[in-house]
Amino acid sequence: MLDISQTVTALHLAGAFSCLEIVDCIYYGLMRRDQSGDSRDTFLLSKGHGSLAQYVVLEDLGILPREQLDNFCRPGYLLGTHPDFGIPGIEAATGSLGHGLPIAVGMALADKVQSADRTVYVVLSDGELQEGSTWEAMMLAPSLGLRNLVAVVDLNDFQSLGRTSEIFPNFYPVVDKVQAFGWEAVEVDGHDQQTIFNAVSSRSGNAPMMIIARTIKGKGVSYMENVPIWHYRSPSPEEYQQALAELSGEEEA
Amino acid sequence: MRDTFARTLYQVAKKQPNVFIVVADISPAGSMAPFRDEFPNQFINVGVAEQTMISLCAGLALRGCRAFAYTIATFSIYRPFEQVRVDLCYQNLPVTVVGIGGGVSYSTLGGTHHAQEDIAVVGAIPNMAVLAPCDPLETEAATWVCAERNGPTYLRLGKAGEPNLTTDAPEPFEFGKVRLIREGKDVCIISYGPIMKMAWEIAERIEREQGRTVALVSAHTVKPLDRVGVKRILDRFETVAVIEEHSPRGSLGGEVKQLAWDASAKCRLVTFSLRDAFIHQFGSQRDMWTAHGLDPEIIYQSIVAG
Repeated sequence: MLDISQTVTALHLAGAFSCLEIVDCIYYGLMRRDQSGDSRDTFLLSKGHGSLAQYVVLEDLGILPREQLDNFCRPGYLLGTHPDFGIPGIEAATGSLGHGLPIAVGMALADKVQSADRTVYVVLSDGELQEGSTWEAMMLAPSLGLRNLVAVVDLNDFQSLGRTSEIFPNFYPVVDKVQAFGWEAVEVDGHDQQTIFNAVSSRSGNAPMMIIARTIKGKGVSYMENVPIWHYRSPSPEEYQQALAELSGEEEA
Repeated sequence: MRDTFARTLYQVAKKQPNVFIVVADISPAGSMAPFRDEFPNQFINVGVAEQTMISLCAGLALRGCRAFAYTIATFSIYRPFEQVRVDLCYQNLPVTVVGIGGGVSYSTLGGTHHAQEDIAVVGAIPNMAVLAPCDPLETEAATWVCAERNGPTYLRLGKAGEPNLTTDAPEPFEFGKVRLIREGKDVCIISYGPIMKMAWEIAERIEREQGRTVALVSAHTVKPLDRVGVKRILDRFETVAVIEEHSPRGSLGGEVKQLAWDASAKCRLVTFSLRDAFIHQFGSQRDMWTAHGLDPEIIYQSIVAG
């Protein structure tokens, strides 16, 4: 993702870092795959601005060629800042917030009516919880009995203009609101993949599930963590080197 | 029209698998009963939640289902406009948005319920087709088109009680084609939707009082407009009139005038529409037309003046 960040400016690197473990856990841990690697389960990145996290996973899975990632946002290539419908591995055009959950509800409903054994995973941002359409879908999903729907909220506590918990202090904690709407909901450390995996795997299955995943925006890069400007900025060459060093140090540690 | 739609949708669901109707707490009660009884899992009431109505239909379509979103016209597209634009049109999904009470059908409910610029709004979105049948028979044909076409469609319907006008139409209903529904040689009136009834009455009066014969054409497919068919009409008739229950902005009348200019048409061309205004009045649908200037006397005089 850092390599890609050097090709264009104005992307959402910090928001991609905050959901990276979540996306990784869903693709590699939760989605069931057959011998050829295909999955009957569905992944939707409702917070489409985190697309880099999805692109690198799709590349690793062999669904997107490396050439496409290397030419991110360039004319004649597929990948832009927001996931576009029609790209391999992208199930819906997201980027405008508040669309992913209700689309996922429609998919899960179709699967339920057709008795298809498929699970729909959808990742939302916490800022996206301010969209009314998200709450329409939250009200509806349990009423439709969509046990095959798993939503994960990347609760990095930031939106474009500041800390989400400071802009809407009365909205917290989130998990009890979600439960009140009829979801099975738990709050976890969103950078702890084993915990996310266990929470989803051990769900009761009586209702749709929503994981409230506490995360750090820009996780892993010290100057990026919890600094709002990294919703938009790309690292300079020096900052890029520092980020690489910090992340490789973390891997060795 | 709404009962014909409900009955036709039931026939569609009997023939095709996975046909869903997703309503936002508005539904033709009696006529929808056979569908609900036979396909209870495919009738979804999302409640008063129009944004989710549209996105949910997109999700169904992404799973290969055929979804119809259904509510009052204003709420079907204005409230969830961005869901219509992105989820349906940008992704080019085969979902039909059924707007009941297009135009000023809900004449006693006030301006909040008048869909007077709906065609301009949805017609501006790429991939979106707009169908506006003029009677129950065309509603049946249009519903089948919606059930079979690849891409999003806005099906603009009236309310209830519209008479059949196309029983003896010389031409069949065909998506993307203007349709001659009454023969005539001197004047041609192009219209769509329930106001075709008024156009029919004006045509009869012109024949009776002027001795000129009047053709009536249903432009049921407002988008994509049959440009070839419209140009043929502009060539063939000395007087052409467009009557529509819609704002003059982004309207059929405006598009026909563009075509006439491009084709250097020689005919006399007059257009009649709702005003580009909120009228704050109540009454019958005809009262609303009159308040908007769609007065049959004025239209008659304007057409025969040439």
